[in-house]
Amino acid sequence: MMPDQELDTPAPPEIGEAQLALLERLCNACAVSGDEGEVRKIVLEEVRPHAGQVTVDALGNVLVSKTGQGEMIPRKSTAGQARLRVMLAAHMDEVGFMLTDDEGEGIFRFDTVGGLDAAQLVGKPVYIGKEHVPGVIGARPIHLTTRDELTQKITLESLRIDVGPGNGGKAHIGDRATFATQFARLGPSLLAKALDDRFGVASLITLVQQPPPNIDLLAAFTVQEEVGLRGARVAAYSFDPQVAFALDCTPANDLPPWETDEGRIENTRYNTRLGAGPAIYLADSSTLSDPRLARHLVQTAEALGIPYQLRQPGGGGTDAGAIHKQRLGIPSISLSVPGRYLHTAAGIARLDDWKNTFALIYHALSRLSPDLFALER
Amino acid sequence: MKALIQKLVETDGPSGYETNLRSLVRSQVEPLADQVWVDNLGNLFARKGKAEANGLKIMLAAHMDEIGLMVTHIDQAGFARFMPLGGVRAQNCPGGRVHFLNGARGVIGVEKLDDPGKGPAIDQLFIDLGASSREDCPVKVGDVAAFERPFIDMGSRLVSKAMDDRIGVAVLIETLRGLKSSPHEIDFVFSVQEEVGIRGATTAAFGLDPDLGLAVDVTSNGDTPKGTKMDVHLGKGPAIKVRDAGMISDPRVVAWMIKTARQAEIPYQLEVLEMGGTDARAIQLTHAGVPAGCLSIPCRYVHSPSEMVDFNDVQHAVRLLIALLSQPVGLE
Amino acid sequence: MPDLQSFLKTLISTSGLSGHEAPVRCLIEAAWQPLVDETAISRLGSLHGLKRGSGPEPRPGLLLAAHMDAIGMMVTGHSDGLLRVTEIGGLDPRVLPGQLVTVHGRQDFPGVVVQPPSHLLPPEVSGKTAPLETLLVDIGLLPEQATQEVQVGDLVSFAQPPIELSDDLLAGHSLDNRASVAAVTHCLELLQGRSLQWDLWAVASTQEEETLGGALTSAFALRPALAVAIDVTFGAGPGSPSHKTFPLGGGITLGWGPNIHPALFNAFKELAERLEIPYKLEAMPHHSGTDAYAMQVVAEGLPTMVVSIPLRYMHTPVEMVSLKDIRRAGRLLAEFAALLDDKFMEKLAW
Repeated sequence: MMPDQELDTPAPPEIGEAQLALLERLCNACAVSGDEGEVRKIVLEEVRPHAGQVTVDALGNVLVSKTGQGEMIPRKSTAGQARLRVMLAAHMDEVGFMLTDDEGEGIFRFDTVGGLDAAQLVGKPVYIGKEHVPGVIGARPIHLTTRDELTQKITLESLRIDVGPGNGGKAHIGDRATFATQFARLGPSLLAKALDDRFGVASLITLVQQPPPNIDLLAAFTVQEEVGLRGARVAAYSFDPQVAFALDCTPANDLPPWETDEGRIENTRYNTRLGAGPAIYLADSSTLSDPRLARHLVQTAEALGIPYQLRQPGGGGTDAGAIHKQRLGIPSISLSVPGRYLHTAAGIARLDDWKNTFALIYHALSRLSPDLFALER
Repeated sequence: MKALIQKLVETDGPSGYETNLRSLVRSQVEPLADQVWVDNLGNLFARKGKAEANGLKIMLAAHMDEIGLMVTHIDQAGFARFMPLGGVRAQNCPGGRVHFLNGARGVIGVEKLDDPGKGPAIDQLFIDLGASSREDCPVKVGDVAAFERPFIDMGSRLVSKAMDDRIGVAVLIETLRGLKSSPHEIDFVFSVQEEVGIRGATTAAFGLDPDLGLAVDVTSNGDTPKGTKMDVHLGKGPAIKVRDAGMISDPRVVAWMIKTARQAEIPYQLEVLEMGGTDARAIQLTHAGVPAGCLSIPCRYVHSPSEMVDFNDVQHAVRLLIALLSQPVGLE
Repeated sequence: MPDLQSFLKTLISTSGLSGHEAPVRCLIEAAWQPLVDETAISRLGSLHGLKRGSGPEPRPGLLLAAHMDAIGMMVTGHSDGLLRVTEIGGLDPRVLPGQLVTVHGRQDFPGVVVQPPSHLLPPEVSGKTAPLETLLVDIGLLPEQATQEVQVGDLVSFAQPPIELSDDLLAGHSLDNRASVAAVTHCLELLQGRSLQWDLWAVASTQEEETLGGALTSAFALRPALAVAIDVTFGAGPGSPSHKTFPLGGGITLGWGPNIHPALFNAFKELAERLEIPYKLEAMPHHSGTDAYAMQVVAEGLPTMVVSIPLRYMHTPVEMVSLKDIRRAGRLLAEFAALLDDKFMEKLAW
């Protein structure tokens, strides 16, 4: 497909202060996989005034359908259907912890939920349960640690969440906990926990509020992505869309490599780079993106001068991995905001990357036409 | 049939990028089938026959895709790094040649290993495309390649890359060609993305919701020096799968296959594979469940560029499939 | 059904390895037939027993899934008259040497799992645990008899007879998960003569130990409004960490985590408290390891719950369970089925 300059697509909504405030609320909310209520509440508040149909399904996914308007676009469509049914998925859940054993005196054993490195947990403050009870993950004082022990990796088995002596009644086995990090702006960057995937949630809320008019928007705010893409699976089955996009957040591992005597070793495994624009997926462990959609995103970015990058093909997975295998198969792709230090207490991302990601998905949706699928995959 | 096999293995179709192969298979099956179509993921369907009163709706699946690789990075000196598509084994790679879908060719090199006894990891490998800088490298991030290795006809033994599962594709095409009459509606499915997790067959099976399903794929063997202990041998006939890591075959389907092979006097082996899975898993688990099994072609050196099968096993597989499909199915 | 203990003893004395559940299914079907309105077999061999509700159509359904498949072994080949085997389900090879087994060949053959002396094992195994592929099953036949009578793919079940430790305690193989099948049967018995508003589907599911395929496909076929998996959980005992286990005979556990609908959990919890059935919350932070994992994501998704019975020495031939806990699980399920009315689904609103 040629980039179509004549196609005058509507201007996308701006990612401005209102969206930043929304992102801040979303990032500070606690929503560990399986316990997404806090984020779901914000989503429902934000979308209900704007959406056609809003349901919460058996797993807790928020499913919003919003019918497009008229046949104004696509102008050149030859296919019978004027509007595509397009699913967009962003996951509400984040990685975190569950208390699994009460050892008394406010000390709790816990397990991780989703992909977390035990080495990232030690010495961090956390919030527990719906009341955000404060607690800490402590560490043995260095004075009481042998030299040999200092070189050993810290194991999850050795860690506890401590709400303080006498506070034991404030937390219970089964409670979820997350990092207590508060959202902050650092110059051109943003610092927060759970940027993965509150970026996607904030983008999708904005899309529901001001959707491109040419499509039927099927927005899925999904649960349990971090524990196996489970919400997206049933959401895609319900929606049965013609095409799907997962809006997510992906690691930027573009840190300076170690220097050797001969000079710097080239970093060949950066996944994405901060500041280089939205990351378009070609392949990860869960999905081989539909090449037609990959071309569409690249051509849209190039036609409109939006910076973009190709996420390095590799591991990881997004909701697209569950979506594309539902029913008769659903052409799917993922688009992510790059972020550093995801799945830790403090991630860092660039505001401009988010703005460009939103602009790209909005324009790509505006230019989406059934013609794209005239060619076989 | 050997010419067909050669054409199939010499056409590249890494997982997710099966277009060339699909065109080739379509040209083969279009004159033979009642109806041919392609779904959203790229699975090719060829339907033959209508289910009579004593007939079933049967799905047969052989996957078109082969293992391959995708470029993840081009370094300043023009070397390409890659991720595997499917179960590429790093120890089979060094010195190997790859052929990109855009026509570029490259050879796989390996970094200096700290412990040469251990063998390389995938991220210690790179592709040399004869470039001297990033700028003159003929491929870019996201480009896809297949392994390159010519077909050898050793008489009864055939060797090539991508025997997994072009040999199954060939068996399905020849079955479609040879099947004179059947009480069944048979959907021959040439599936995609099997090597990356049985993805194409998942949606194909959902769409068809058949009464019975069989995959045709390769299996491992236990007849090479100091190899795996497995009671499957090249040349002793196609293997009727009892189980693999992804599926326990429906015992009724296994019994039906054994009985049919005995009646038709076709040699067969029983297969218990301790790793791996096939499209049959996706068929078994779709909708309300489907009785499923798998007919396997014993294959040596699976997922290497030199996969070896025995032509007699292949021909017997076609005969057995035709015998299975020509009669009403009795599952007991 | 005879008394619970003898029924359970019969259940675990009947073979039914994953994918090959027919023998035990016949037994369960016979026990369920007088207790339900109809029974049917799914395409993957699961048993569906329907007790019809009295509410107006379309009636919501409650699905109770207890998997009936057992772990065991499968013959992979012959070696001088002895059999090589692989596992069905997860087996610790250290438990196997010396175990009595039944090899289901042309007929059933008693046999024993043997570990060859270390000088006959591969050198890299020396001093370490002998992996399953190095163990053999000896059925005492001559080599030519063995190849004649047993073929690749034949099943090998544990032959350990049930051990009655007391009126309440039973040990043996396959109590995972026949104990839960007994609990569902007990539930059906308790519901005799009682009218339910909802349809009740009792499902003895297949292949849980391998693919969760039975529950997945039965839930897809039956489309209940709610699904409960009944399974065993780790009983406190020697060698098992206390924070991951629950006392035998101390009551059931109610699962809690992403595979469980929190409002459904609360309904079970309140009911258990009302009935004074002792229970513990079992934290399942990710995969519950039960049929609920598969059933939750069937089609548009199902509200799911996990009820578990503590069991010691899971996946060995001397699993141990308390009949008290089985009865408690059965009673809780029966009373839950009885409380379902046309308002219940409203409680599940997020």
